[in-house]
Amino acid sequence: MLEGCSLTGPTPAPPGETKVVLLTHESFAVAEGVFAEFKKQTGITVEQRALGDAGALTNQLVLTKANPLGDVVFGVDSTFASRAIDNGLLEPYQSPEAAKGPQRYAVEGSNALSAVDLGDVCLNVDLGYFAKQGLAEPKSLDDLADAKYKDLLVVSDPATSSPGLAFLLNTVAKFGEDGWAGYWNRLKANGVKVVNGWETAYKQEFSVGGKGKRPIVLSYASSPAAEVGEDGKPKTKALLDTCYRQVEYTGVLKGAKQPDAARKLVDFLLGEKFQAQVAEQMFVYPAREGVALPPVWQQVAPQPQQAATLPAAKVAEGRERWVEQWRKLVQG
Amino acid sequence: MAQARSGLSRLGLGAAAAVPLAFLAVFFAWPVAAIIGLGLGRTGVAKTLADPSTWSLVAFTLGQAAAATLVALLAGMPVAYLLARCDVRGRGFVRLAITVPFVLPTVVVGLAFRAVLGDAGVLGIVLANAFFNVAVVARTVGGLWAHLDRRAEDAARALGASRWRTFRTVTLPALGPAIGSAAAVVFLFCSTAFGVVLILGGSRLRTLETEIYLRTVNLLDLSGAAALSLLQLAAVIAALVVGAVARRRREAQLKLRAAQESLRRPHGGEWFVMAAAGLVVLGLVVPIVGLLLRSLSTEDGWSFDGYRALATGGAQGTLAVSGVEAALNSLRAATDATLLALVVGLLAAIVLSRVRGRGTGEALDVVLMLPLGVSAVTVGFGYLVTMDALPGDFRTSPLLVPLAQALVVTPLVVRLVLPVLRAVDDRLRQAAATLGAGPLRVWREVDLPLALRSMLAAAGFGFVVALGEFGATSFLARPEAPTLPVAIARLIARPGELNEAMAYAACALLMVVTALAVLAIEKLRVGTGEF
Repeated sequence: MLEGCSLTGPTPAPPGETKVVLLTHESFAVAEGVFAEFKKQTGITVEQRALGDAGALTNQLVLTKANPLGDVVFGVDSTFASRAIDNGLLEPYQSPEAAKGPQRYAVEGSNALSAVDLGDVCLNVDLGYFAKQGLAEPKSLDDLADAKYKDLLVVSDPATSSPGLAFLLNTVAKFGEDGWAGYWNRLKANGVKVVNGWETAYKQEFSVGGKGKRPIVLSYASSPAAEVGEDGKPKTKALLDTCYRQVEYTGVLKGAKQPDAARKLVDFLLGEKFQAQVAEQMFVYPAREGVALPPVWQQVAPQPQQAATLPAAKVAEGRERWVEQWRKLVQG
Repeated sequence: MAQARSGLSRLGLGAAAAVPLAFLAVFFAWPVAAIIGLGLGRTGVAKTLADPSTWSLVAFTLGQAAAATLVALLAGMPVAYLLARCDVRGRGFVRLAITVPFVLPTVVVGLAFRAVLGDAGVLGIVLANAFFNVAVVARTVGGLWAHLDRRAEDAARALGASRWRTFRTVTLPALGPAIGSAAAVVFLFCSTAFGVVLILGGSRLRTLETEIYLRTVNLLDLSGAAALSLLQLAAVIAALVVGAVARRRREAQLKLRAAQESLRRPHGGEWFVMAAAGLVVLGLVVPIVGLLLRSLSTEDGWSFDGYRALATGGAQGTLAVSGVEAALNSLRAATDATLLALVVGLLAAIVLSRVRGRGTGEALDVVLMLPLGVSAVTVGFGYLVTMDALPGDFRTSPLLVPLAQALVVTPLVVRLVLPVLRAVDDRLRQAAATLGAGPLRVWREVDLPLALRSMLAAAGFGFVVALGEFGATSFLARPEAPTLPVAIARLIARPGELNEAMAYAACALLMVVTALAVLAIEKLRVGTGEF
């Protein structure tokens, strides 16, 4: 038996050494040696803790506001940015690195959050299916309601999945407060399938990989990079006119034990070294300008030029109402 | 008389009860009360309770759990019989086949059932829940059945009773407490099943548990979540009280015998029961084999790529550690959790077997079972708002994972050991005490030998449950130390063939680790002999 090995905790930082605790969502990943580089530059050790997806992360920060679990947060996204700011979870901080691109995605009226990367939620199609059927791929959200594409689309539930929520927000952004429900009625009439989460949609219902039957799935602009065959040819494609942009932010937590070190880590997350590896590590696009994407991405997963967005404040105000309405409309 | 009767003094009993109660108070009641309290402090509780859709959630939750419990009982009983009574080859395999489902991550089983059944809705949920829980029935009931004295049944048969009548009037009443125990545990597992309902219920079917998760994690609607948690608690307590009362009516001291004595070659009608058990095992093995095949298949044919990837962290470092390290993390956490749960659970079972005062015993029993009936998200979020008060900011302690797992394992230990301890003829203890043995000696000479086998079974089963535990672990596991189920969930949440293949290979690894654990326990059990 393994005699209680887990009773040994992490080795505490040696005296005199600064340790900064980075709280992230569960999809956080960083290439080896990147934080070692940060340590070399600043003498500061980074300890990472993951706290669920973007929503769960934000909500746990709200609950632990009085005694935060760490110094810096990464992974609050544009959907939850208002909740983080309105609850006063963050110290205002404007990183000097923000001027090199991230500033473009700043939350209006606040400098507490700095953009690190962008995740674009787009529909993906199975290229093989459309070629075999001799059917043109759909281009826009409107196309999806066309009878040509009846029973081909699978998406995930906005109440239980974050891409699902992004897609709902996408329809609100495109068709407006008064029009989105009508659009969903058209989708429903055209046989849209709704499943609980991305896993079920992509791994069970999507036709790539031969497991499911539906050739149009809600996923990310970057997903095709993971679906390149051994011949180097892409099997899927993201429909770049159907994207909704989620910006992922970082910020210094109010009550941080190491506020100075925390600000340095925020600078580092916006800096070139970290930005250069976010695409490969987290399947997102860097917020910094002039950072090259991996070669395969440049071919099959280019960043969408036009992606829909909604202001954080508007999302905060409408999200629950829209989800509730959506549930009645689509599931009721 | 109390002292002679119990063999343990009132003081000793009190001391033995203090450990489990303190454990539950600190790591269960306090966090849960704190998070529910946060919700109750806000408006919205009354609104949630007044909403008719809340009550249809309650009805659906209890209905699907009851149906799944029934299916698990029907499927588990023949298997229990086979394991306990029949001298046939392959019993070890059967024990293995029923135990493996228990550790499979719900997301994987959910996807597997979906692949076979499609959008089967309620039926899918009920079958998947039963799939996970056949082992609880077979092991809990089988554990007592193996020790029942066959002579009572033989006498009934000799007096002309049919096999069926003998089963109904002699065997079944004696098994009552174990059946009740198993049903209670399965019902609790099923009423709080989360992943299965999310995946197989599509976005239409919802239970209290999925709704509590949604409101806590996604909406931060703590008042709504608190209202639903209270409803869930009330429903669970009601179910447990009914179970406890039903058990009391049937409880009897039994003559227990060594398991080997009750093994016989099946004959006549017993072969039908064997056939039924065989069908159940087949039903459990098919999805397992399906998963194994899937771990070996890629678009381009058979391949070991997924297994090779276990030595790495997956494509583009999906995991912070390799699959093998994740497996080691799982083993460590499960070992700690099992040790903790054994100490706590055994003390609790001893106390429960001795307290015969009306009310006290049942109340304690119900309290011990509650962790199975409370949502993992409530416990996990409760830790966040309370555990910083413990020394060294306990919220970040690596011990939290085994502690949370022990919370789930402890009730199982109690349920497996208690029916045997309760069935011990008290006259044996009295005889020992009369002959001058002290309370500890009585326990060692009388209770321990009779209970040892079920204790080892409980340890093995608890270990397996801790290995597969996902709900609480997923909240508490640190990113640099994921357990296998956490790693699998993460792998499956990424596109790309390699991550998918590795997820299924990791499932296979989890099954292998489980199988080895089960085999090791079997060996240990055989090694200890009987009486």
